[in-house]
Amino acid sequence: MCTMIVTQVAIDGSGKGTNGWFTLREANVSYDHPFNAPFEHALNIDFVNESLGPGARVAVELSVEAARALVETINAVIVQAEAGGYLE
Amino acid sequence: MYETSMYEGMLAETISMPGFQGDLINAYFARPLGPGPFPAVVLIHHMPGWDEWYREATRKFAHHGYAALSPNLYFRAGHGSPEDVAAKVRAAGGVSDEQVLGDLAGALAFLHALPAGNGKVGVFGTCSGGRHAFLAACRIPGFAAAIDCWGGRVVMAPEDLTPRQPVAPIDFTSDLACPLLGIFGEEDQNPPPAHVDRLEAELKLHGKRYEFYMYPKAGHGFFYHDRPAYRQEQAVDGWKKVFAFLETHLRTAV
Repeated sequence: MCTMIVTQVAIDGSGKGTNGWFTLREANVSYDHPFNAPFEHALNIDFVNESLGPGARVAVELSVEAARALVETINAVIVQAEAGGYLE
Repeated sequence: MYETSMYEGMLAETISMPGFQGDLINAYFARPLGPGPFPAVVLIHHMPGWDEWYREATRKFAHHGYAALSPNLYFRAGHGSPEDVAAKVRAAGGVSDEQVLGDLAGALAFLHALPAGNGKVGVFGTCSGGRHAFLAACRIPGFAAAIDCWGGRVVMAPEDLTPRQPVAPIDFTSDLACPLLGIFGEEDQNPPPAHVDRLEAELKLHGKRYEFYMYPKAGHGFFYHDRPAYRQEQAVDGWKKVFAFLETHLRTAV
């Protein structure tokens, strides 16, 4: 690893990988070399289920600008849903 | 120097070898066909894992006349695509320096035992593998040459030390036991040129043999032809430096 900047958070949900949908248990958020995105470093999120092995992974690799915009958008959508009384 | 009249052949395959604490791990092994004697090189894969580029690089060293062995340092994380396995290792904070050194000591012993070997073994690595190559050359007796390509975190601040990386490799410089080749890019963020300068100053302080090349208009990983970081002119020259260095220290009696 080059930056060693990584944090794991427990999550609930589903992700669609190469073999279809599976239950998500963890998200690993790192700022390190991406595998595919054309940047030296990227904000990487791996949605995984560690109990199912390394292949249970849905990956995204974002520019810092994209990551910040995504965080703001997620929060804005949750606020809107909460205001509408939709949150369970 | 290759000439068109020469016979050429190689064997490239996956093998098992003893690594840290005797664990059997897999490795990619490519060697020229023939009785030898051949010098040998351990290739240390980068953070993106034991991937296709490293298989190609392993065969490239065999093409140039070296028995080349690339151990899978992520073997213990399980199996899957190289990216998925590397992502799992990344989430765990990487592999420990102690474990890597154990695996590299196993690779060195494997190559030293080759009947067709000439007794000289070098170590080559890029990215995190460049850091590991420097570390191995300092901590494992027996390497005859080391090549660090853009290894980051050789210079580490105290707050960057972790249980898996408890000592900054630069602190082992006095123990470096073989000549070192360093290949770096001026635009690299990790290691930045300032860290390369600090390592060079430490090497000078301890009277170590080294060659450093800092390439302009190149960043991190400029040998990787499958990435946007690839820089053709710099990479071609860098590979020439790699093989000239190995010819001097592994094939020639010095």
